[in-house]
Amino acid sequence: MIEIQNVHKSFGQLEVLKGIDLTVEKGEVVTVIGGSGSGKSTLLTCINGLEPIDSGKILVDGVEVHAKSTNLNKLRQKIGIVFQQWNAFPHLNVLENVTLAPRKVLGMGKAEAEAIAEKQLKHVGLGDKLSTYPSRLSGGQQQRMAIARALAMSPDYMLFDEVTSALDPQLVGEVLETLKMLAEEGMTMICVTHEMAFARDVSNRVAYFHKGIMAEIGAPEQIFGDPQHPETKKFLASVR
Amino acid sequence: MFGYTFQWNQALARLPKMLDGAVVTMEVAVLSMLIGIAFAILLTLLRLSGSRPLRAIATGWVEIARNTPALFQIYMAHFGVASFGIHFSPFISLLIGITFNNAGYLAENFRGALKAIPDTQTRAGRSLGMSQLQAFRYIILPQMLRISFLPMTNQMVWAVLMTSLGVTVGMNSDLYGVTQDLNALTFRTFELFAIAGVIFYIITKAITLSARLIAARLFRY
Amino acid sequence: MFDTALTTADLIFLAKGAGMTILVTAISVAIGTALGIAFGVIRVQFGAALTAPLTFVLDIFRSVPLLIQLVLANAFLGMVLKLQLSGFFVACMVLSLYTSAYCAEIVRGGIDAVPATTRRAARSLGVSWGQDMRYIVLPLATRVALPSWIGLALGVMKDSALVYVVQVTELLKSTQILITRLQEPLFLLMIGGAFYFLISFPLARFGGYLEKRWSND
Repeated sequence: MIEIQNVHKSFGQLEVLKGIDLTVEKGEVVTVIGGSGSGKSTLLTCINGLEPIDSGKILVDGVEVHAKSTNLNKLRQKIGIVFQQWNAFPHLNVLENVTLAPRKVLGMGKAEAEAIAEKQLKHVGLGDKLSTYPSRLSGGQQQRMAIARALAMSPDYMLFDEVTSALDPQLVGEVLETLKMLAEEGMTMICVTHEMAFARDVSNRVAYFHKGIMAEIGAPEQIFGDPQHPETKKFLASVR
Repeated sequence: MFGYTFQWNQALARLPKMLDGAVVTMEVAVLSMLIGIAFAILLTLLRLSGSRPLRAIATGWVEIARNTPALFQIYMAHFGVASFGIHFSPFISLLIGITFNNAGYLAENFRGALKAIPDTQTRAGRSLGMSQLQAFRYIILPQMLRISFLPMTNQMVWAVLMTSLGVTVGMNSDLYGVTQDLNALTFRTFELFAIAGVIFYIITKAITLSARLIAARLFRY
Repeated sequence: MFDTALTTADLIFLAKGAGMTILVTAISVAIGTALGIAFGVIRVQFGAALTAPLTFVLDIFRSVPLLIQLVLANAFLGMVLKLQLSGFFVACMVLSLYTSAYCAEIVRGGIDAVPATTRRAARSLGVSWGQDMRYIVLPLATRVALPSWIGLALGVMKDSALVYVVQVTELLKSTQILITRLQEPLFLLMIGGAFYFLISFPLARFGGYLEKRWSND
């Protein structure tokens, strides 16, 4: 369970999160929608401790992420994150990209790590690209590799930060399919996305962020069919 | 025609000795590179560190290495430290001097290389549970070394050329030192040093060429 | 602060050495740059195949220790040709050629950095080769080449420490002579090193600044 309690976060003068409360249950898929600068991406990087927070609390399975005593490296092993920019490690081939963290962080043997990596890469449809270098992959393939890389750590939670935003339109579908597949398998996920159809199809709940505030959260049918907050209505009208 | 009789045979008879010297020259150059790269990585980390004194030490090293003659640095390692009652052999002094120089220049190259690697690479590593040091070791460092490969090759050539300065601190087992000693015996200055020059030329070409081959094999991405 | 036997006369002796370092550097950089520009332009203008011999010769200056170049030139001019030349002359001659070899590379790099399309555009306007070089290539190539050239000039100053081998007493040699006499190596070396550093450091910084400023355009 991920519990976000009254989280505030500023970058200099700019307050990007103004008291966010959100609880994500095990097995739940929550998508976060909203305009740019609404703070939704920042929230994800706060959840795995890449960004510090100013006040409030984030608990992952009861462990406070930003407490001094928390071993972030350990905590991050159970929270996978995939970014808008896929950040492939260019000096490693696909298989090595995926086995690096299991081997160096989890101390896994080569054979074991490769077995897991191969399984995850097949899972995302890259089973035939094991010895290819990222520079020879399309953006969509690199993004799926990044997903496999995160999954190879056997995380309990997956965070997706606008993972299709930097992709050419024709490559968006293959990545969304992968996300959908994970959701159906019961992975606990928080997805920040601009893909409204995806949000509607896959989510248990959809949250709408506006200027650092979670304006509204509810079942996808309610958010898309009967939005309550005026900003939600405005936003949905603009993206349709 | 010149009123000077070239005596190449006399000089060429000394070739085996000179080749032994070339081996020592290569030893010094390779060692100074390996240790120099290690120190350059350390200097790079220090320059990235949050500690002001550590950053200042690293920057001081880099700037002195880059802004004073290599010969000065070798003198320091030999005569300078003698003021503290430390007496290194010519070999060690030369090695320290060239290593100091290599580390300084390479650290500056590494800093440039780091600018070409996006911050998001470290971020991606950290988000997989790596420590800062692990992210540097497994993600940043290999890319940094790859980007710096050409400058490293050039520095290796420099290291070979710099070994000739060892003679100033009494080194006589390297190629230049051996040649100088032979010259004192035979006075075939031109012939001997011409042969030494050719050997140096071949060594530097061999380095550039093998670096190209290594790069082609190593960097398939 | 330092208990030293260094006298005013010694300081003047060091200053003379420093003057020699500057003089040898200035002459070599001036001649070497002129030659280097000529060699660089020739290499670009006549293509790699035609200028291969020139490239080969220049490459030797960058692949053989400067110390050996100096010894060889001295031996060749003195022992073989039996010319009575001063060490100073030999030092400047060798350092000039040495400089020109590196300078030619810098010049070539600078000219190559000017886009061919820009030059074609100029020539298609009826601009002559000379005008193209003067008004198009020179200003653009200078931006690329100047920072490297500053680095080269400073490099020559540092490398000029090796001309002691042809009996020219420049700064580092003067320092060493005093070390032998006074037995204060660390103190004396620090004076000598500081001189190089104080000239090189600010100029190198300036070169870095130019490079940064011009590459941002």
